[in-house]
Amino acid sequence: MSDSILSPNVERTAGGNAQAASTTTRWLVNQRRLAPLLFLAPGALMFIIYVIAPIAQSIWVSFYEWDGIGAKTFIGLANYVELLDDEAFYVSLKNNVIWLVMYMLAVPAGLLMAIFLNQTITGIRIYKSLFFFPFVISQIVVGLIFSWFYAPNFGLFTQLLSFLGFGDVAVLADETYVTYGIIIAGLWPQIAYCMILYLTGLNNVSPDQIEAARLDGAKGWKMLWYVIIPQLRPATFIAVVVTVIGALRSFDLVSIMTDGGPWGSSRVLSFYMYEQALSEYGFRMGYGASIAVVLFAIMMVFISIFIVRMLKDEREGY
Amino acid sequence: MISSFKSALIGAVAGVAFASSALAGELVINLDQGDPAPKKAFEEMIAGFKAENPDVEVIVNFMDKEGYKTSIRNFLTADAPDLATWYAGNRMAPFVEAGLFEDVTDVWEEHGLNETLSSAAASMTIDGKKWGVPFTYYQWGIYYRKDIFADLGIETPETWEELLAASAKLKENGITPFTIGTKALWPTGGWFDYMNLRVNGYEFHMDLTSGKVPYTDERVRATFDKWAELVEPGYFIENHAALDWQDAVPPLVQGKAAMYLMGNFAVDVFKSGGLSEDQIGYMQFPVIDPSIPMAEEAPTDTIHIPSGAKNKEDARKFLAYMARADVQTKLNETLGQLPVNSKATRPADPILAQGFNVLSEAYALAQFYDRDVPAQMAKAGMEGFQEFMVKPERVDRILKRLDKVRERVYD
Repeated sequence: MSDSILSPNVERTAGGNAQAASTTTRWLVNQRRLAPLLFLAPGALMFIIYVIAPIAQSIWVSFYEWDGIGAKTFIGLANYVELLDDEAFYVSLKNNVIWLVMYMLAVPAGLLMAIFLNQTITGIRIYKSLFFFPFVISQIVVGLIFSWFYAPNFGLFTQLLSFLGFGDVAVLADETYVTYGIIIAGLWPQIAYCMILYLTGLNNVSPDQIEAARLDGAKGWKMLWYVIIPQLRPATFIAVVVTVIGALRSFDLVSIMTDGGPWGSSRVLSFYMYEQALSEYGFRMGYGASIAVVLFAIMMVFISIFIVRMLKDEREGY
Repeated sequence: MISSFKSALIGAVAGVAFASSALAGELVINLDQGDPAPKKAFEEMIAGFKAENPDVEVIVNFMDKEGYKTSIRNFLTADAPDLATWYAGNRMAPFVEAGLFEDVTDVWEEHGLNETLSSAAASMTIDGKKWGVPFTYYQWGIYYRKDIFADLGIETPETWEELLAASAKLKENGITPFTIGTKALWPTGGWFDYMNLRVNGYEFHMDLTSGKVPYTDERVRATFDKWAELVEPGYFIENHAALDWQDAVPPLVQGKAAMYLMGNFAVDVFKSGGLSEDQIGYMQFPVIDPSIPMAEEAPTDTIHIPSGAKNKEDARKFLAYMARADVQTKLNETLGQLPVNSKATRPADPILAQGFNVLSEAYALAQFYDRDVPAQMAKAGMEGFQEFMVKPERVDRILKRLDKVRERVYD
């Protein structure tokens, strides 16, 4: 049929087999409607297999008691009921909220660094890459570096504290500081990420508007707030999105730096899920899945907000 | 600083890499003995097996312990080797119940293992059947700095009061009595087991670990009260929740701490840390209640045939070989641990010999908290012990929480 798509008129005038002609016509009639669906099909298929199906599966598994190798027992909502009465779940939830709030600092910090680096001096590219460096190295490495930084007795941070006259604080062994300690480790690469987003954004800031604003006497904070930042809106949007998602799926740093400890006080939902379902002492697939479903529900709230915003912006033509 | 996450990744990758289909006459063995000394010990032992069975091609996959723990479920279900190492007691129960291990009672009967391996027979039995062969075990106990004790004129404590007095004296002299690293949680299990074995005895401990007694029981509380006598005066090093067990060795080597409750595998680390043989002493955990017979902690490592194995005939031969007295003697000499076979030669190493005596006179042997209780209970329990060792005032809340987990896990 390929040549009929390319040259429909030839086919039409040539006549020939009546049935072929009628399918050709049907194709021609529906071409505009079908083509996008056909183009979407491969992607949609992958999306269904690798995204939608696992989500459905997780929800399904969360209604069962299952150790991953034996038989499954249907227990209805019992996993969720247990979750409601689980101290560790609330600790993880609380830590996730702390992560969300604290992680947002990466956005303004990234902006400040981008503005600072957005100048033309010799070797600025080197400085830019150095500042971007933390984002390039693996989270595992970041976690290790920071656990040495915080290590009691010999860690740089501990040395610094005792030099300043504060006592010996083992950040990662203290239930009140541990989550903040890990978040700071996470902020290090996240700030670099936001910085790079803003640096590209700053490249697109229109010089005419800056010129015009300057003629009107705007400078310093006013210039930044009323002229630059509004133009950086797309970059801000992306920075917020990646930061929210990064905060909610924080796992590697917790796992590397504390393994959820001390006594589980630095757990987040994703780590608790891993612990329950897959770790050495876990293998409660159903319970792990129910935690995953809760995390998914929380993420859905944010994702829906972002999608609505994006659609709105598209309609308004940003 | 091996984190469990990293090892989990390694394990997952290893599990895939080791997927290999065995031919007849080929024997695939997965081992969790990847450290230098164990690896050497096993290579020697396997060479001996090959010499006796030249027609069998042995393929060995060494993995590190943590990675092995996370990958064993994958390879048992997906692509089973012919032999796999694991642990005795409750730790093997999930695999036995899921039908992943082969019943090897016939090997025990045929080779008289009920006699030679009798000390570990109970911990290898589930539903009246044997599910594997134990090849090594090791003592736990308090390792201490002999030279520091001698300098301060402290006698080796044999009772709880003596231990408290020794600790007080060490503390006065600016030395923390005990070092420990609880980041990986399990070192706390050793403390709880010994406290409970000494305060309430073996039978009670087994009732507790099999879920028959609530954690809110007064007797459990009594165990914690005794334990608090060491925690509250600060007899354990600070910040232990941030340390792995190896990180807790330097204070002992530097003389900042004087005692370490550990398994015998730690001696090797003490020595490579710079302590000489005559600086390291071993003592049995002191008596707390003289009316209670002394039970000890002695984790046993075992080898099993997965039910999905392809070459079960040669695997059975291998089990019988590994159970033999001469093989276990040689293997454990290199491992620096104790042979399970009662006919095996006693170890020459002084600390090991001392441990052997303690264990052979023991009233009973416990495996270890995380092998005696089901996995979920172990995690929650040891987390509670860690919290107690930092915040002893929360004991009631912790015990209540543990009992909630107990009710769920054992029901």
